[in-house]
Amino acid sequence: MKAYLTKVAVILWKDLLAELRTREMLSSMLVFALLVTVVFNFTFDRKAAEMKELAPGLLWVAFTFAGILGLNRSFALEKDRNSLQGLMLAPLDRSGIYVAKMLGNLIFLSIVEAIVVPLFWVLYNMSGFPWPLVLIILLGTVGFVAAGTLFSAMTVGTRAREVLLPILLLPVSVPLIVAAAKATGIVLTQDSVAAAAGWIRLLVACDVVFFVLSILTFEYVLEE
Amino acid sequence: MSIEIEAENLTKVFGQHRALRGVNLKLDRGESLTIIGPNGAGKTTLLRCLAGLSKPSGGRVLLLGRDLAKSPEEARRAIGFVSHETLLYGNLSAAENLLFYGRMYDVADLRHRVEETLDRLGLAHRSDDPVRTLSRGMRQRLAIGRALLHRPSVVLLDEPHTGLDVGAQEMLDQTLEDLSHAGQTVLMTTHNLATAANAGSRLAILAEGLIVYEATEGPLTREALSAAYRDAVGARR
Repeated sequence: MKAYLTKVAVILWKDLLAELRTREMLSSMLVFALLVTVVFNFTFDRKAAEMKELAPGLLWVAFTFAGILGLNRSFALEKDRNSLQGLMLAPLDRSGIYVAKMLGNLIFLSIVEAIVVPLFWVLYNMSGFPWPLVLIILLGTVGFVAAGTLFSAMTVGTRAREVLLPILLLPVSVPLIVAAAKATGIVLTQDSVAAAAGWIRLLVACDVVFFVLSILTFEYVLEE
Repeated sequence: MSIEIEAENLTKVFGQHRALRGVNLKLDRGESLTIIGPNGAGKTTLLRCLAGLSKPSGGRVLLLGRDLAKSPEEARRAIGFVSHETLLYGNLSAAENLLFYGRMYDVADLRHRVEETLDRLGLAHRSDDPVRTLSRGMRQRLAIGRALLHRPSVVLLDEPHTGLDVGAQEMLDQTLEDLSHAGQTVLMTTHNLATAANAGSRLAILAEGLIVYEATEGPLTREALSAAYRDAVGARR
């Protein structure tokens, strides 16, 4: 297990280093999420109390589509010189490639969220930050990148991958995104985690199901 | 002498297309085999199956006596794979690429090994440059270094001469000779008769997914190989 985790960390290190050099993925995700936040700010002219009802939808639209931009790039890096083959040749269970890629996507999307959420609070004059929201965003993000990383690997070899990824990923992610938006809304309007417990349980269930299914099927996805 | 690579009745089917139709081959430790064949003969598919990159539809592959399907990770550790694509990361430097692959294969004394490899490849002066800035020949040299970094006992080369300049081809031929002297098992594919004749190894011809000819009397002259190729491949067209 230690050897497995060490190699997962090596792949993750390589992805972070490559992204640090180009900042292609992070910058496109961040710019998109910021644009969504700013454009909606001009579109809606509402009071702070009403914004709390709109905020869950706005936030999860920004996270979801910024996440898709990043996921599209996730395996594209491996296709440039077919280096995915190099990873597949390594003496590592191929689920390790998935885990490393998923962790990388989780880090990148979390960075975007960590910048967008405070900006959202300022732009929309939101008062008081409910800290349980951090848990809900994390749970939603884990599930989304767990499914998204698998679909990203599935579509990377196709010519229309930018179109195909959202078409495949969004229907599968519907229960997760609905649960995340509902839980976000409850926490924002009622300031109560207990009231959102049912949705949070659904988020956890989605995370577990997406992660386990992805681990089990990833090797077949890599096969031609 | 122990058998290093063995393929038993290997088949691979893509939809209606049978890319491999029952390939059998055996390579003893330290032996070299060059497989020659026209485009679409199944050379790349064969190498991908032997490297564990593609699951055969039928038959099995044994590497160092281990079934590739049953213990893939241990078997893959013994393989060095050179493709006509470099499998390198363009945004990482030459040294970073080798460090990355070295860590994946648990190479001991890695930094020293990377320096030594870059030196041997004549790339020490470009070690910190991103791979995307290297010439095609330099990248292919680095790809060979990547494949041999962990001292694999079996080296698989898929048309490695493709797109190389004269200098890089000479370096590749020298590397193949060094591998042979070091007792490493080498299996190379090519569609070039001259390359095959110069390889100085056992020769086999693959056509339409089958080994249709195997030279049993050591290296052939270019003329003899050409005649054998015409007979074996031409007869099937």
